[in-house]
Amino acid sequence: MQVVEDIKPSYPLFRDDQYKDMLHNKQQLFEERIDETKLAETFQWTTTVEYQELNFKREALTINPAKACQPLGAVLCALGFEKTLPYVHGSQGCVAYFRTYFNRHFKEPISCVSDSMTEDAAVFGGQKNMYDGLENALALYKPDMIAVSTTCMAEVIGDDLNAFINNTKKEGHIAQDYPVPYAHTPSFVGSHVTGWDNMFEGIARYFTLNYMADKKVGSNGKINIVPGFETYLGNFRVIHRMLDEMGVAHTLMSDPTEVLDTPADGEFRMYAGGTSMAEVKDAPNAITTFLLQPMQLEKTKKLVETTWTHEVPKLNIPMGLEWTDEWLMKVSEVTGKPIPASLAKERGRLVDMMTDSHTWLHGKKFALYGDPDFVMGMSKFLLELGAEPIHVLCNNGSKKWNKAMQKVLADSPYGANCKTYPGADLWHMRSLVFTEKPDFLIGNSYGKFIQRDTLHKGKEFEVPLIRLGFPIFDRHHLHRMTTLGYEGAMYMLTTLVNAVLERLDEETRGMGTTDYNYDLIR
Amino acid sequence: MALRQCAIYGKGGIGKSTTTQNLVAGLAELGKKVMIVGCDPKADSTRLILHAKAQNSIMEMAANAGSVEDLELEDVMKVGYRDIKCVESGGPEPGVGCAGRGVITAINFLEEEGAYEEDLDFVFYDVLGDVVCGGFAMPIRENKAQEIYIVCSGEMMAMYAANNIAKGIVKYANSGGVRLAGLICNSRNTAREDELIMELARQLGTTMIHFVPRDNVVQRAEIRRMTVIEYEPTAKQAQEYRDLANKIINNKNFVIPTPITMDELEELLMSFGIMEEEDESIIGKTAAEESVAVAA
Repeated sequence: MQVVEDIKPSYPLFRDDQYKDMLHNKQQLFEERIDETKLAETFQWTTTVEYQELNFKREALTINPAKACQPLGAVLCALGFEKTLPYVHGSQGCVAYFRTYFNRHFKEPISCVSDSMTEDAAVFGGQKNMYDGLENALALYKPDMIAVSTTCMAEVIGDDLNAFINNTKKEGHIAQDYPVPYAHTPSFVGSHVTGWDNMFEGIARYFTLNYMADKKVGSNGKINIVPGFETYLGNFRVIHRMLDEMGVAHTLMSDPTEVLDTPADGEFRMYAGGTSMAEVKDAPNAITTFLLQPMQLEKTKKLVETTWTHEVPKLNIPMGLEWTDEWLMKVSEVTGKPIPASLAKERGRLVDMMTDSHTWLHGKKFALYGDPDFVMGMSKFLLELGAEPIHVLCNNGSKKWNKAMQKVLADSPYGANCKTYPGADLWHMRSLVFTEKPDFLIGNSYGKFIQRDTLHKGKEFEVPLIRLGFPIFDRHHLHRMTTLGYEGAMYMLTTLVNAVLERLDEETRGMGTTDYNYDLIR
Repeated sequence: MALRQCAIYGKGGIGKSTTTQNLVAGLAELGKKVMIVGCDPKADSTRLILHAKAQNSIMEMAANAGSVEDLELEDVMKVGYRDIKCVESGGPEPGVGCAGRGVITAINFLEEEGAYEEDLDFVFYDVLGDVVCGGFAMPIRENKAQEIYIVCSGEMMAMYAANNIAKGIVKYANSGGVRLAGLICNSRNTAREDELIMELARQLGTTMIHFVPRDNVVQRAEIRRMTVIEYEPTAKQAQEYRDLANKIINNKNFVIPTPITMDELEELLMSFGIMEEEDESIIGKTAAEESVAVAA
């Protein structure tokens, strides 16, 4: 019973006998619950090699896909521009989903509107919704730019954003010169990273495609940085810091750090920070454009190469030691600015940390999943630490990704026992960690259910989850951390090695049994 | 008598709407209570019954009112010749939105508002010729039309279409109660048309329920936005539609169709001299190449 003086949350309340009986009765009397032995037997069967083979033959079903949909990415991209309101042409529920998804990860309010297409809009097309939507959004929220993306509904009926937006202007609902870049982002194609790429391309195209006549590559002396779908706020900050330390003038194209990390000082900021329109217009004048997550920025790359005529440096995500080195050296090469002592020192500190911890990480086996560039950078860093990735899964990974991954793994002896799984989901991952157990699983919050399932089989089968990726709903403030550059490598290393040590402590805490290794000093 | 729901399909321009309205007029004359549901964004399935240009459609009114929930049945249902009830689903202009969804929305609305609960003997769905997406199959989904009539003629493309529609029906027939109830031949005065359609019907596992001859009185009536039965009840053509109406009332021949293959259809057309045997030697040859061949 709940009493006012001592209100308990669901746990531990539901462990009271009264609630245990209630649940038991509900299961027995109303739920036609299957026999416990049968249940246990089936659970055991789902952990076998035999089941894994069946699982990998699955064709028509995806279980927990480890990806989100295109407009989610488009919204994040739009949030990174100054006074820009993300606007989704389509159903209201989709937008509610994007907003909650980001709320739960960033613990921040997310400003984003939809034009609420309903049944008649599905039949007649959403032109009228766009008339009212753009006019109202502008009047109410006073953005300087509205970035439009789409949901499935608008895409299935073939709504034409270009025509609709032009008509909205022609009909006088918004001014002719009001900036409304757009991107078609059908949710049933690609993933959130594709949506980010599409929206960025849409914004870059809107402000530059027809204004190239007076542009000259290199004339502004800056470099452009395009992050791609990036949710670690520290990553935006570390890129700024490293480039500032080098004295490299730069534009971080789409930078949501301010709006996704506003202070509680009594003032609500619907807009804060972000890349300005002037910076986007000036972007073609830069020396070149760096794509931080090249695997997911195909469309952007095409625009940057053909319209801006930039020679995009062929680099990997600047994650871990070597790829950060390569990235900084390339920046130095194209800008002529030397890498400063401060960064060389930072690198030295990272190498020192790696040597301090490598004994604990050497030979440790990891399974990991997440977005294409992230898992690739993560794998690379694990190899650098002497750790062994054994299952690398990427639901939104392409054939190209798989090839690149194979190469990364082949370059290190620690990659010899690793298999890659593009297009697979977390139910596949569950099978993999049962049949070939890694020491840890690296991924977003959804991995916690795999950890629960492995523990259910027995403590010796448990695969603890290390939370690195997106989304992280069940731990606080990790989105503020950094995974890129030397600083990011330090955070990841700290996280990894301490997870190893936590686990060792947990296993050696047995009084008089295992505590001979329950050491004060590790 | 239990409510019978019938859907009329057929190639675009074959005369589905004209045939349906004339036939329904015949049924009404025989004392049957009928409703026509136009399932075509053009909304021209009821004009001959209502003597109107085009009826205000459900979707059009829903868009004006704000949403479908704001409509009531009496807003959308008009009553015309001999108390025939008329509804048009309507839909978007060509090139925007989704007409199929319009049909789904409209029919759901009619069901929710109890349009079928009234005292009715027949409902006829007059469906857009090209069944381009799932929306236009709405009338034959579960608990709706059980009988399908295909309007066709002795022209090649009309028969292709009829066979394709039969293929579509099979999908729904195997899992539900929808059946092919017959072909209605709307004559184009091609040679041996009746025999040809009877043979096609036989191969599809059904019958040609009626052969409607070509008669200019249909057009004369149409200009006046009337059915033949109303415009000139004594005309020979009026009797044809009455006969068709009677045959439908007494029809018990409901089948799961056995659509035929492309080859079988072509064979049928060839045996009636509508299609020439293919001359393989000319395929892919340009006029220039042919003239060279002839010169040689």
